[in-house]
Amino acid sequence: MSEYIPHTPADIRALLEGVGLRDVEALFSDIPEEVRRRFRPLGLPRRDEDWVRRYLTGLSERSTGKGLVPFLGGGIYDHFVPAVVEYVLSLPELYTAYTPYQAEVSQGTLTWMFEYQTMICELTGMEVANSSMYDGATALAEAALMAHRTVGGKKVLVPRSLNPRVREVLATYAWGAGLKLVDVPYGDDGRLQLSEIPEGACALIVGQPNFFGVIEDLSGLKDQLGEAFLIVYVNPISLGVLAPPGSFGADVVVGEGQVLGLPPSFGGPLLGIFATRGEHLRRMPGRISGQTVDAEGKVGYVMAFQTREQHIRRERATSNICTNSALCALAATVYLAALGPGGLRRVALLSLERAHRLAEEVSSLPGYELAFSGPFFNEFALRCPDPMGAVKKLRRAGIAVLPPEEVEKAGLEGALLVAVTERRTEEELARFVSALKGGMG
Amino acid sequence: MKSGTIYDLGAPGRRAASLPPLTEPEQKILSLIPAEVRREEPPWLPEVSQPELVRHYLRLARLNYGVDSGFYPLGSCTMKYNPKLNEGLARLPGFAGLHPLLPEEEVQGALAVLWELSEYLKGIAGMPGISLQPAAGAHGELTGMLLFKRYFQDRGELERRVKILLPDSAHGTNPASAAMVGFRVVSIPSNERGTVDLQALEAALGEDVAGIMLTVPNTLGIFEEEILEVTELVHEAGGLCYFDGANLNAYLGRARPGDMGADVFHFNLHKTFSTPHGGGGPGAGPVTVSEPLVPYLPVPQVVKEGERFRLDYDRPKSIGRVHPYYGNFLVLVRALAYILTLGDEGLREVSVGAVLAANYLKEKLKKTYKLPYDRLCKHEFVLSGEGLGEVRTLDIAKRLIDYGFHPPTIYFPLIVKEALMIEPTETEPKEVLDAFAAAMERIAEEARREPRLLKEAPHAAPVRRLDEARAARQPVLRLPRP
Ligand SMILES: Cc1ncc(COP(=O)(O)O)c(C=O)c1O
Repeated sequence: MSEYIPHTPADIRALLEGVGLRDVEALFSDIPEEVRRRFRPLGLPRRDEDWVRRYLTGLSERSTGKGLVPFLGGGIYDHFVPAVVEYVLSLPELYTAYTPYQAEVSQGTLTWMFEYQTMICELTGMEVANSSMYDGATALAEAALMAHRTVGGKKVLVPRSLNPRVREVLATYAWGAGLKLVDVPYGDDGRLQLSEIPEGACALIVGQPNFFGVIEDLSGLKDQLGEAFLIVYVNPISLGVLAPPGSFGADVVVGEGQVLGLPPSFGGPLLGIFATRGEHLRRMPGRISGQTVDAEGKVGYVMAFQTREQHIRRERATSNICTNSALCALAATVYLAALGPGGLRRVALLSLERAHRLAEEVSSLPGYELAFSGPFFNEFALRCPDPMGAVKKLRRAGIAVLPPEEVEKAGLEGALLVAVTERRTEEELARFVSALKGGMG
Repeated sequence: MKSGTIYDLGAPGRRAASLPPLTEPEQKILSLIPAEVRREEPPWLPEVSQPELVRHYLRLARLNYGVDSGFYPLGSCTMKYNPKLNEGLARLPGFAGLHPLLPEEEVQGALAVLWELSEYLKGIAGMPGISLQPAAGAHGELTGMLLFKRYFQDRGELERRVKILLPDSAHGTNPASAAMVGFRVVSIPSNERGTVDLQALEAALGEDVAGIMLTVPNTLGIFEEEILEVTELVHEAGGLCYFDGANLNAYLGRARPGDMGADVFHFNLHKTFSTPHGGGGPGAGPVTVSEPLVPYLPVPQVVKEGERFRLDYDRPKSIGRVHPYYGNFLVLVRALAYILTLGDEGLREVSVGAVLAANYLKEKLKKTYKLPYDRLCKHEFVLSGEGLGEVRTLDIAKRLIDYGFHPPTIYFPLIVKEALMIEPTETEPKEVLDAFAAAMERIAEEARREPRLLKEAPHAAPVRRLDEARAARQPVLRLPRP
């Protein structure tokens, strides 16, 4: 008997009696016999808790990468997570609940969702936010679908400087929905170069900062786009020091929220941020918490505008999303509440300053130069004669960076991408520089 | 008026986390950002101390009801117990601390997790191909629909195969997923036994049909006894069969979708494989596929060569990525731990326990509530709240809260009026099932004698009944700035 299943043989007999059946096999008589006959087990024995703990701990220790100092970004960043975040995520009534369909026993979830929406609106400068998507990539894909539904055209303008993995997910969704991705080039400064808006464009996507860490200038873009959506894909930490995209007329702001209190987690679960303007509310995907009152006039929260969602609207829903990334949104909520405006700004400033300090030092090494002249946030593309050699030298010093083959996917040859967060110490920065000094890269 | 949020608390200057000091003056650092994109005004965020923060979220937790609080028979959601071992394992630094873009040779342990779980899930489904990328069930459905599309494109049949057939009992995500890929949804009526009407199916099948999306057992908790006939008919018509695996708990360890004719099957690891629901997510929705669809699976695929694991991107017919990395890895870790703990025998006990509990409750409750489909059920069953006088199903659900239970799923599936969809799962002791049945019986009695008790319920929750209509009429979707 499993420790998770309470039925003793006596219980099973009593339950069977209640059902009026003689044995448990009779419970499955409606499954065609042919199907039951074809069944094959996995060949797995039952294991005790300590065995499973040891086995999986053993597997976790086989990944040598966990010991490397991550100057590795490319969409996932190593920011500090205060212990209170983990504490809150471990509160059983929060993590063992599901979607708050029954508001009266879900005020905890609905209240923090409302807090989260408020914080995301504040960060992005938008009017409404949903309570999460799976990840930044699918949030972006859904934003593109929403733009198409709203303004009609089938072309989505995508800078070559968009995170290539995010772009790949977008491309998959776009193919499914019959949308076309149109490349937008970047210049020597690493910033996008938008010449004209083609006929039939429903959206322009801008990474802020973009995949190379370069800060884009969003001014004037919305005017140029007219009806078509300006969709900004953000690193939310950068919004501690960068102007909110809402102030540039963005129609949708999406982003990867992993940086807000989640560990890298080998890439998942992540947090898709999604915020838009009030006028687009009814086309927005995802769950939303709304404030209301109870029968006695007391403030409370419920899921609002469910008529957009699949369980009501079915094939005419704004999205198929049901299960989302709620617990990750809770992490972001607690993270932002713990840091406050000053803390968020501090994290952004420290990342910014350290990234620039490192960039300055390595680009003064012979043969090394920054790939772009534009302003950057916490990440920069570094060109050198032998990038693979540089990766190896850094590895020998216990450091990981984004290797050239990953950077090439965004059309930049012969460069590494280096990310710096507030966690990178003086000693680690110095180690980075001296590793590259050991012979030409 | 207080909002009950964390914004009610704190004072300017308080903080709940500490960070390293700046080593340069702030203005100097800020000058690295061009003036036109610099932030002028800080976002309005809470300013609270750590004790305030902890008490606030503990208070919110107490306003909530989770599986750890008590019985949570939310139909279709499989709210089973979440093993605590697995929570600890998902937090191991060698899992949680791994960056997804580290070189393959540095992440062998994580790739081993992906590979091993893939093998088990393929075995459980009885299907040869898999992707762990989908982040939830609906994401798996979307992946499945993309696979259908690519398959027909490859065969030059995409132009004409435009329809997806859906039983009228299907979950809302099914039609929504099909529509996202541009398929037209055609509803197939259920027969009086609650299963697919074969005649209606035959009539709907044709050269314009890409396939069918089936939920097995269906959302009434009824196993399609003619499942082999259904999938054979669809295959004969050149279509494909999608199986929504949300209800796998019903036959875990004793039947496999691959043996029933499934071409794509999605798992909900947050249901069947005990990973926590997190207040709405994250989950994981891996898909397994039949042989003809293997070439189209998302990239990368994890392959094992000797003792090494590698990511294979060389799959020219792939639909591409549906996730930027490898899926919800920490959810996958928990599911692997669950499978290893249970083994074959334990997996089989799951379906016995789940189906036994559901039938036991069904037999008890059908004496007081209308049971539209009175027959053997699988892991869940659907009652109707009709016929109890002036009360509605919503009132019954709210009254259950007063008795200390989480209400069942209500008003779904759509084909049962005033539906109450009850899924007890295998992790509830008989005493709890009996207590729930007793509460349901008392409520039915109250409905006749004192309906006000139901209509004004809940009485014992943190709030009284909330006005949902008002939230739509006067939307307040964020706190206004003070
Ligand atoms: C029958 C059924 N199909 C599909 C889904 C969608 O799964 P998910 O919420 O994981 O996206 C659900 C669950 O919510 C379900 O109950």
